[in-house]
Amino acid sequence: MSTIPAPDHGRPMHGFTEIDNTGETPGKRSPLVLGVKDFGEVTATVCRPNELRKVPMAWNIMFALSMLLVLNLGFVVHYLIFTGVGVWGLNNPVMWAFDITNFVFWVGIGHAGTLISAILFLFRQKWRTGINRFAEAMTIFAVICAGIFPGIHIGRVWLAYWLFPIPNQMAMWPQFRSPLLWDVFAVSTYFTVSLLFWYVGLVPDLATMRDRAKGKVQQIAYGLFSLGWRGSNRHWHRYERAYLLLAALSTPLVLSVHSVVSFDFATSQLPGWHTTIFPPYFVAGAIFSGFAMVVTLAVPARELFGLKNLITLRHLDNMNKVILVTGCMVGYAYGMEFFIAWYSGALFEKFAFMNRAFGQYAWAYWIMVSCNVITPQLFWFRKIRTSIPLMFVLSLFVNVGMWFERFVIIVTSLANDFLPTSWDKFEPTWVDIGTMLGAFGLFGVLFLLFCRFLPMIAIAEVKAVMPQADPHWEGWGHSHGAGASPAAAHEPGDTK
Amino acid sequence: MTTLTTTQTETKTIAPARLNCLLAEFENPAQIMAAAEKVRDAGYRYWDCHTPFPVHGLDGAMGIQRTILPVLVFCAGAAGCTTGLVLQLFTNSFDFTVWAMVWVTGYPFLISGKPALSIPAFIPVMFELTILFSALSCVGLMLLMNHLPRLHNPLFTCERFRRASDDRFFISIEARDPRFYRSKTEAFLKSLGASAVEAVVED
Repeated sequence: MSTIPAPDHGRPMHGFTEIDNTGETPGKRSPLVLGVKDFGEVTATVCRPNELRKVPMAWNIMFALSMLLVLNLGFVVHYLIFTGVGVWGLNNPVMWAFDITNFVFWVGIGHAGTLISAILFLFRQKWRTGINRFAEAMTIFAVICAGIFPGIHIGRVWLAYWLFPIPNQMAMWPQFRSPLLWDVFAVSTYFTVSLLFWYVGLVPDLATMRDRAKGKVQQIAYGLFSLGWRGSNRHWHRYERAYLLLAALSTPLVLSVHSVVSFDFATSQLPGWHTTIFPPYFVAGAIFSGFAMVVTLAVPARELFGLKNLITLRHLDNMNKVILVTGCMVGYAYGMEFFIAWYSGALFEKFAFMNRAFGQYAWAYWIMVSCNVITPQLFWFRKIRTSIPLMFVLSLFVNVGMWFERFVIIVTSLANDFLPTSWDKFEPTWVDIGTMLGAFGLFGVLFLLFCRFLPMIAIAEVKAVMPQADPHWEGWGHSHGAGASPAAAHEPGDTK
Repeated sequence: MTTLTTTQTETKTIAPARLNCLLAEFENPAQIMAAAEKVRDAGYRYWDCHTPFPVHGLDGAMGIQRTILPVLVFCAGAAGCTTGLVLQLFTNSFDFTVWAMVWVTGYPFLISGKPALSIPAFIPVMFELTILFSALSCVGLMLLMNHLPRLHNPLFTCERFRRASDDRFFISIEARDPRFYRSKTEAFLKSLGASAVEAVVED
């Protein structure tokens, strides 16, 4: 058995395969799929984790841990509801802390999924096909986690329906001039549209699962959710239009969601919040943290479930480049905030920023700066961008840094506002920490279930970007048009 | 006992199930493209291609007309935008009473001295509802126009057809097509280079 020979990039090879597809040679196109020679192998590779009789031990351990955290979440949320928001460490000036930090953090995580699925689709970035499915799943689960926090933070949760314009005998309506209400609409629309987008993408792959399913239960379950999809080209035609439209609709949506979230702060009068840079700065930060989370999830998932041929080093390298770019934007925003605070000459504004860097929460500020500004700069180096362990560790740093960013923005601005007599210090209680960890557990459980029962990679989309999918493709022996891969000049083979 | 069983089997073979369509299998996108062009030119109307992924150029090869889905989605988006505006004007700017299943009354809030008719503040919700209505109608209409969800189709009785979602490409010509003659159509499909042609029956 021969292997697919390497293209003559003259670069060293990295680990799992003989082809280095992290760079482009002019005139040739690096393949997006490695070591898989036909469509059937793509199907088999993606479906294998779902069809395993025994799940990997690592999955079991992670699931057990996540489940424990979910139980803990159930407990702390019940404790909160039965006792009142006093169980959190909130005090008079600091009435938002961990809850809103977590909300903004999780909504932000979701943004990478929509960016990959919608914006990269519009830009015809074909490498998105390898990672869009689980990035979109991540979006949905992250928004579910985000949704918990405003829900439990309103205090009287049994009146949560007041958030929605429901006709009632009191002629009592939501106040539509408040950004907090815009948030309700933005986040619920975002969740609905992301779910639709994800599900529409899943339908053809669920049909694949249905057609492969051996057991009765699987056949019925996948059969129901695949809606009777039979790959009809008349259907594909409308399907592709609908998919394009959803991408076009999601693109402004994803930019609007975190802008609206930032309005919660930016439209207030508080020094440190009342800035016009917030919407773009929040969106860049959201994409930054979201991509870090995709890397955090993709690295173990591809190792564990044997997806290295479909989520290649090129995909990871590209994501690390996005982290680098958005990391630079975030760093720029930090600097610009300081500059504007100084340039405005506003006393309170200047104080708010000096207080962030050198006040009672200076430690949090410097964690944020080192994780979000310094860490991504390491991705300038190709060696680091293509090193699996390093990128995993760096992505964790970015996750931590972005959580602290939200904490710093929210808590430092509230704790030390205009009047020194009203200053106070926020300290999280065990309930605060338990809720935060619980949300990570919920996210973990949902994501692990997704890995077990749904195809982690968009099977149909990956097939469509393979050179073989081009009707003008003439076999590995011919190098023809856009479909040609660097391996195309050689005989086929598998990387056994 | 034995005779009875034999009779039952015989009855089945004597009265064959009604033919639904002929299914031809192809190995790769190039083959199905060439075949689809010929089926189109032969003048068949009730026929289809089944592929594991959308094959580029197959729409043209089949002569599929462009869908009007985008126009409908635009209308739904406009409806969403209007809904957002009317909802906010009604609930926050005026005190009309209207009947919408029950009598409901608007309430002109006075919030930090902002005008009752503060359109700029209403833009985010109008935008969100535009997107929401468009996306919901986009997916809903796409499924509706495709006659999905449909839990059964005669094609699913065919074992070979399972690979339509994996790595094989199929053309089906329905028996209700005016140009359909079983023997002629079968020979035609074979002449297109199909690796197999199979009859799919109604059930």
